[in-house]
Amino acid sequence: MDATQLPGVGMVNPVAIDVDRARAVVSAIVDPEIPVLTIADLGILRSLEEEDGRVVVTITPTYSGCPAMGQITEDVVTALARADYQAEVRMRHDPPWTTDWITEDGMRKLDAFGIAPPTAQHDVVCPKCRESEPRMVSFFGSTACKALMVCSSCGEPFGYFKRF
Amino acid sequence: MSEYILSDAPQGTPSPDLGDHFIFLLAHADDNMVLAQRLGEWISKAPELEEDIAMGNFALDHLGVARALYTHAGEVEGKGRGEDKLAMYRSEREFMNVLLVERPNGDFAHTMVRQFLFDAYQVELWSYLSGSDDETLAGIAGRALKEATYHLRHSSAWVIRLGDGTDESNRRTQKALDRLWKYTAELFEGESERYRSAWESTVANVFDEAHMAIPEDPYQRSGGRRGFHSEHLGFLIAEMQWMQRSYPGLEW
Repeated sequence: MDATQLPGVGMVNPVAIDVDRARAVVSAIVDPEIPVLTIADLGILRSLEEEDGRVVVTITPTYSGCPAMGQITEDVVTALARADYQAEVRMRHDPPWTTDWITEDGMRKLDAFGIAPPTAQHDVVCPKCRESEPRMVSFFGSTACKALMVCSSCGEPFGYFKRF
Repeated sequence: MSEYILSDAPQGTPSPDLGDHFIFLLAHADDNMVLAQRLGEWISKAPELEEDIAMGNFALDHLGVARALYTHAGEVEGKGRGEDKLAMYRSEREFMNVLLVERPNGDFAHTMVRQFLFDAYQVELWSYLSGSDDETLAGIAGRALKEATYHLRHSSAWVIRLGDGTDESNRRTQKALDRLWKYTAELFEGESERYRSAWESTVANVFDEAHMAIPEDPYQRSGGRRGFHSEHLGFLIAEMQWMQRSYPGLEW
């Protein structure tokens, strides 16, 4: 993708690439569907390197059909363009992403946001009242990564980030 | 064998060789693309909201697998064809999906039986391919295996619930199986024969629990992998491709 085609982004005047700075910019980008999680929290950033004056960012997609991946790709290119870097995003499928790659910090943020983090299903507790053994309503919820559960105690419906 | 992939492929062109890696990837991409399209037809029409969402999730997973496989197939072919070119600029005769996935949805029981037969197959397929020497394919398969496992859990639960439900739900589910069974041998044509016995045992166990009988009629259809489809695929492809064909190169 050419960053100059994106709205709000003018011509990029390439500057010397500071890989650590570029990494900080990319790491802070949030998932458009779960905006409390950054790319770093999700564990999808495989590598970030300088190549022929550009920043090459390699990410591993989460779910096969996750519509957020397209948006994340665009956000990476835009964020780096704003930092005056030209960028290219590459997808790497192997090894496949797993919820084990979500950081401890990411797990805490999910819980605080009201989404039960990806533990084993029998360990899920209601993010609101902490009661265990919620009822599974549907294994397929509002996004590809979530199942829909209801707390047996307080009645709160909530998403459970499926272990994957 | 890539000469086969021509938009005006005449009748009588040689059968595509599933041993050719590009063809193999493309055929499996087509399976997922066509099934995603079929499942998408349920959105807003499923029997209940949760199933509507589940069907959308299934469709999205299959679409995601199709996109990854088309993209990879294009790289393997090395002629600059990306996912859109492969999905949107090939004609019906060039699609190599199995006939099972192009079968019309029918009622909910029919869709679930079709899904179950295919999920049980894909679990074996992805399990095997996740050990592929082609690392990209292995990665795509490793992820798809987890999704197919979730799908199978859902579709087999429905087959059991419907088959072991009322007389009416059993009758409809059995009718669906009677109609779809003849499209199952094609799943194992060529390379994939090796996972047939695992599939057979999954299928036999679930239909047994669902009080359903596997049809005894040995007649089986095939042709999809060679581009010979039922009359249903053309309509599906026309609907899927018209936007890209009308406005070539259109992007969101």
